[in-house]
Amino acid sequence: MTGPGAAESGRPGPKADGHPRVAVIGVGNEFRRDDGIGPAVVAWLRGRVPGTVDLLVSDGDPARLIEAWSGADLAVVVDAVRASPAVPGRLHRLILGEGNPAEPYPVSSHGLGLGEAVGLAQALGRLPGRLIVHAVEAADLSTGTGLSPAVAAAADALAAAVLADVSAGT
Amino acid sequence: MTHRGDRTLQAKGLARVEGEGSMYVRVSDGLVEEVRLDIYEPPRFFEAFLAGRSYTEPPDITARICGICPVAYQTSACQAIEDACGVTLDGALAELRRLMYCGEWIGSHALHIYLLHAPDFLGYPGAIELARDHRDIVERGLALRRAGNALMEQLGGRAVHPVNVRVGGFYQVPTASELAPVAGELRAALAGALDTVQWVAGFAFPEFSCDHELLSLQQPGSYPIERGTLVSTGGLAFAAADFEQHVTEEQVPHSTALHARLASHDRPYLTGPLARYTLNSGWLPPLAAEAARAAGLGPECRNPFRSIVVRAVETVCAIEEALAIIAAYQPPARPFTPVTARAGIGYGVSEAPRGVLYHRYELDDEGTVLSARIVPPTSQNQRAIEADLRSFVQARIELDDQQLTAQCEQAIRNYDPCISCATHFLQLAVDRG
Repeated sequence: MTGPGAAESGRPGPKADGHPRVAVIGVGNEFRRDDGIGPAVVAWLRGRVPGTVDLLVSDGDPARLIEAWSGADLAVVVDAVRASPAVPGRLHRLILGEGNPAEPYPVSSHGLGLGEAVGLAQALGRLPGRLIVHAVEAADLSTGTGLSPAVAAAADALAAAVLADVSAGT
Repeated sequence: MTHRGDRTLQAKGLARVEGEGSMYVRVSDGLVEEVRLDIYEPPRFFEAFLAGRSYTEPPDITARICGICPVAYQTSACQAIEDACGVTLDGALAELRRLMYCGEWIGSHALHIYLLHAPDFLGYPGAIELARDHRDIVERGLALRRAGNALMEQLGGRAVHPVNVRVGGFYQVPTASELAPVAGELRAALAGALDTVQWVAGFAFPEFSCDHELLSLQQPGSYPIERGTLVSTGGLAFAAADFEQHVTEEQVPHSTALHARLASHDRPYLTGPLARYTLNSGWLPPLAAEAARAAGLGPECRNPFRSIVVRAVETVCAIEEALAIIAAYQPPARPFTPVTARAGIGYGVSEAPRGVLYHRYELDDEGTVLSARIVPPTSQNQRAIEADLRSFVQARIELDDQQLTAQCEQAIRNYDPCISCATHFLQLAVDRG
């Protein structure tokens, strides 16, 4: 009885077959409108990436994020963000890694979330080999389902960009 | 003009998803005249969203309300719907429900203790700075959280918004051998949990005692987690079905949220760890009881700052409970008890990590949800938090605004409301008359 998020708690090591370990983590909640973009991209990737790629959904809890990417050669995180001033639907692609200090990026839509997870992982030496964050500027993070038009219009380009990173990393 | 004795502090919540909060403090002639706390409450939206849905859907839908405590929402929802349909779980299914809830307590408490609350006591701005100096300690917290998540994943299919829970039980249940690895992880976590109690018991706690009425579930013979009847330190005792007779909610002018109060008392009431412990410390399992004694907790605890010790004790309790359930586990004959829809009203309560969570559903004879009512712990605790902040701010009125804001954030974090997931959730604007 293993669910789709079971890998979230394990501390995976490198793949035994020598393939790089790649994890894609969609952060967000589909009941907070644009916050659902991360899980939506992960759902779209199913069947489009090799079965060896871990596809995970996370609520942004730093402990779970760190567990999800510990031991990965490449982790790709997709999250909605609030920016000021905001351009809803604008995409950001940021690359972080061990020994490569976290660069400033828009505030995550989660209070204790990606920024804290990256900082905590750095302090604990638990960043993945390479961490790419795809952030989408949100228009609407209120309760409800469905993406705002601006974020929905950006979804295809976002998914393609994530897929390109995964393909390059596997 | 700067006039220290007459100032207004307005703290607005930073943008975040799980919840948003703002705080307003008005001081006049050196006296705190008003404290208003406004916490945004997602459950209100879900009440409307649930109307018209099938009776099978609330456990899945309400699990999305909070990423930290989905099992609490699922459990209260299941119990309310089962109540409406005349079904009560027993035997192994009831034990599995408690077991899964233990996982949520372990994970939620570990998150709050290590990543949110402990840095306040140790003089760190947040968990990152704590981790830089005390890597092993933070790793111990993450290991505890991982053990809780492992339990939720085993039973719920996944830790975030579990998918294996249904009205009447589960879609699938584990075999005894499938639970064995989780038991191993829990046994390893138990030592870390006991160390956690000892660690937090050594923190310096401000002298502070609240005299609120304390309200929690009670389940004679065991510490209340997933079920029980409601009791209070003022002598109230009532079933979930009578919750709305005893707890009324009112709109207050400064807030979009409803504030709860006890119908029989004007003074605020508090749910959560302090209430659970004070009303049920005699039911703690042996290791947790011994850890509480060694930590210097008496039979009751009314200092909100010491709630971190109670959470640590409850983490031990949840691990002990989980290990006992797994040790005695015999898989049920079927993974769920069939629940046939019927017209009626059902009530469910459980102890979310941060306090009592109440659900009520009214169903028609085909099982369509006609109305839903959800009273989360944070709305119940708001008046008590405001009252405590009032005396807290009064005693610190000489601090500058930045220090006062930081200390208010810490004080609010004692109650583990949804907004406390943000390390820095208060923004301050000062209007100096």
